Amino acid sequence: MSVAVRCAGLHKRYDNKVDAVRGLDLEVEQGECFGLLGPNGAGKTTTIEIIEGLLSATAGEVEVFGKRWGRDDDELRELLGICLQETRLSEKLKVRETLELFASFYRRPADPARVMREVELTEKAEAWVGKLSGGQRQRLAVACSLVGDPRLLFLDEPTTGLDPQSRRQLWDIVRKFKRQGGTVLLTTHYMDEAERLCDRVAIIDHGRIIALGTPRELIHSLGAEHIVEFTLADPAAFPDLGGDGLAAVPTVLSVRQEDGLYALTVGEPHRALPALFDWLEGRGIELARLSTRHASLEDVFVKLTGRHLRDE
Amino acid sequence: MINWRAYSQLLLARSRELSREPEVVFWVFFFPVLLAVALGIAFRNKPPDKVDVAVVEHPNAARVVRALNAAPPLAAEVIGTEDAARQFRLGKVALVVYPGQVYSYRYDPNRPDSMLALSLADAALQKAAGRADPIRIHEQAVTEPGARYIDFLIPGLLGLNLMSGGMWGMGFALVDMRVKKLLKRLVATPMRRSDFLLALVSSRLILMLVEVILLLLVGRLIFKMVIQGSLGSIIVVSAAGSLSFAGIGLLCASRAQKIETISGLMNLVMLPMFVLSGIFFSADRFPAAMQPFIRILPLTALNDALRSVILEGASLEAQALRLLILTTWGAVSFLLALRLFRWVN
Ligand SMILES: Nc1ncnc2c1ncn2[C@@H]1O[C@H](COP(=O)(O)OP(=O)(O)OP(=O)(O)O)[C@@H](O)[C@H]1O
Ligand SMILES: [Mg+2]
Repeated sequence: MSVAVRCAGLHKRYDNKVDAVRGLDLEVEQGECFGLLGPNGAGKTTTIEIIEGLLSATAGEVEVFGKRWGRDDDELRELLGICLQETRLSEKLKVRETLELFASFYRRPADPARVMREVELTEKAEAWVGKLSGGQRQRLAVACSLVGDPRLLFLDEPTTGLDPQSRRQLWDIVRKFKRQGGTVLLTTHYMDEAERLCDRVAIIDHGRIIALGTPRELIHSLGAEHIVEFTLADPAAFPDLGGDGLAAVPTVLSVRQEDGLYALTVGEPHRALPALFDWLEGRGIELARLSTRHASLEDVFVKLTGRHLRDE
Repeated sequence: MINWRAYSQLLLARSRELSREPEVVFWVFFFPVLLAVALGIAFRNKPPDKVDVAVVEHPNAARVVRALNAAPPLAAEVIGTEDAARQFRLGKVALVVYPGQVYSYRYDPNRPDSMLALSLADAALQKAAGRADPIRIHEQAVTEPGARYIDFLIPGLLGLNLMSGGMWGMGFALVDMRVKKLLKRLVATPMRRSDFLLALVSSRLILMLVEVILLLLVGRLIFKMVIQGSLGSIIVVSAAGSLSFAGIGLLCASRAQKIETISGLMNLVMLPMFVLSGIFFSADRFPAAMQPFIRILPLTALNDALRSVILEGASLEAQALRLLILTTWGAVSFLLALRLFRWVN
C-alpha cells in the first residue's frame, strides 16, 4: 500500500521557547483513517498544520503523496481538503454561495450540490451561514474541504463541542469519504471517536507519539480488556484497600484508585468478580456501586501517562 | 495571470457580504449624505445675522440708535451703562457706544463681529453727522457659484469617504478575516492570493463609483451645486485616491492580529488627516511651517485634486503632482504590505 503522508523527525519550537512537537515520526497509508489522539496542548494542531503546509517545521521532513511543501505547493493544494480546528466562515454568505466560492478555487471541483447532499445541508442551501447551528456549521466546514474533491482530508478536532447526534452525523460523512477511496488524517481528544472512526491511532503527549497501532492493538497492549470499577459505601473507613490485596484477585492485572473510584484491569470478569466479592466480604467491606466495561483508549492513555485525556 | 472563475466568485462573495451588512450600507451611503445635508443646512450662505450694538443712555442716545439701525446688519438698542458692559462681556452685543462730547466705543479686536460693528457704526455715525466721502463709490454685490460652503464641503466629504472606505474595506476587513481564521482557511486551498487581493480591491473600486455618483447627485439635486469638471476626470482622481488608501489599508492589516490593533492603527492613520487635510475647512488655515507636511498627506492631495476638478473644472494634467503623491503612497504601501503580510496567523 502506498503512503499518503510521511513525517520524519518533526520538531516545532514556537518563539524560541515552546517545544510543541519534539521528534515525531508518522506514516499514514492511502485509504486509511488515521487519528492523532491526545490531550489539550499535546501538539496535535501543530503537527497537522505542518503536514498541511500551513506551518513550517523547525526541523524534520514532511512528504505528502511523495511531494514536498515549498516545491509542489500548487499540486498539493489541489489534492488536500483541510478543516481547521476553528474557522468562522463568512456569516453573511449562504451555504450554497460558500460552497460555490470554495469550489471555484479548484481545477476539478466536486459538484457543490452533490457535496451539500452528502453532508445533508441541502435544506439549508439558501440559509445564511450565521444562522446555522453548531453541528450544521461544522458540516459546512467539512463540506468546504470536500468540495475540492480531495484525496486526503484533514480534520482538526472535527466534533469538539458538538452534541452526540451531530458527532455521529460527522462520523458518517467521514466514513463515506473513506469508502470512496479517500484518506483521512484527524485529530481528536475523544477516545470513542478515535476507537470508532480510526483504522490506526497515534497517541501523542507532549509533542511525541507514545503509542501507535489499531485501536484493538492498543487496547490489547493493556493485557486485559475489561475494566471493573467500584466505589465503597464507607470510603472513610477504608482509605486505601492496598493494591497488593486486590491484585491477588484472579485475572486482575492492575489496580488504580482515584478519588475513591477503584478501577481494576481484568482479563476474565466471570472469574474475577466472584473472587472480588469474596475478598471484600471477608473484610466486611460494602460496595456503593460496581460496574464493568470494556477497556478503552482512555485506559491506554492513563496507563501510559498516569493522566486522563480530558482534565475535567 | 488571473483565474477568472475564482476572481469572479471572490468578487461576488465580497459584494454579497457588503450589501448584506447594514453597517456598511449606512456608513457608505447614508452617512456621507446625511453629513452633507446637515452641514449644508447649518452653514448655508445666508444674509449675515444682525450684529447687536448697545448704546448707553444719554440725551442723544435715540438719535444714535436711529443712525445705527439705518446701517444693516447693525441692530442698536439703548441700555443702561452696567447692563451694556455685562452684555458685552457675555458676547451678546458686539459693540458698546457711549455717546457724549467725545464718543467712545468699546470693542474687542479679536472678535470679527465686534470689528465689523465698529467700522460700520463709526461710518454710520460720521455720515449722519455730516461727513462727506472724498471718493465716490459704486458697489457691486455678486454671489459666485462654487464659492459656497457646501460647494467646498462636498468634495471634502467625498475624499473622507474614499479614505475611510479604503481603510475599512481593506484594513479592517482583512484583520477580521485573519481573526476568524478565514484567511488561513483560504490559503489552505489552491486559491491564488493575487486573485483574492484583486477581488477585494475591485470591490473597493465599485463602491467608489457608487459613492462618487451618489455624493455628486446629492450636491447637484439638493444644493444646486455646479459641477465644472468632467465625470471622467472626477472618477480618475477618485480611483487614484481609492487605490492609494486601499494600499495603506493593506499595509496596516499586514501584521495586526487583533481587531483592537487594527482599529488603533486606522485611527492613527486617519485622525491626523481628518483634522489637517481640509475636509471641513481649508488646510490653508494651518501655519505655513506645517504646509509642506500637510501637502504630502494623501488625503490633502486627494481633496485638493477633487476640489480643483469638481469646482474649477481643472484638467487631469493639472493634477499630475497630486496624482503622483497618491500613487506613491499607494504603491509604496502595497509593496511593503506584500513583504510584511501574514496570511497564516
Ligand atoms: N502560535 C503559537 N505560539 C506559541 N505557542 C503555541 C502556538 N500555538 C500553539 N502553541 C503551544 O504549543 C503547544 C501545542 O499546541 P497545539 O495547538 O498543537 O496543541 P493541540 O494538541 O492541538 O491542543 P488542543 O487539543 O487544545 O487543540 C501548546 O503548549 C501551545 O500552547
Ligand atoms: Mg488543537
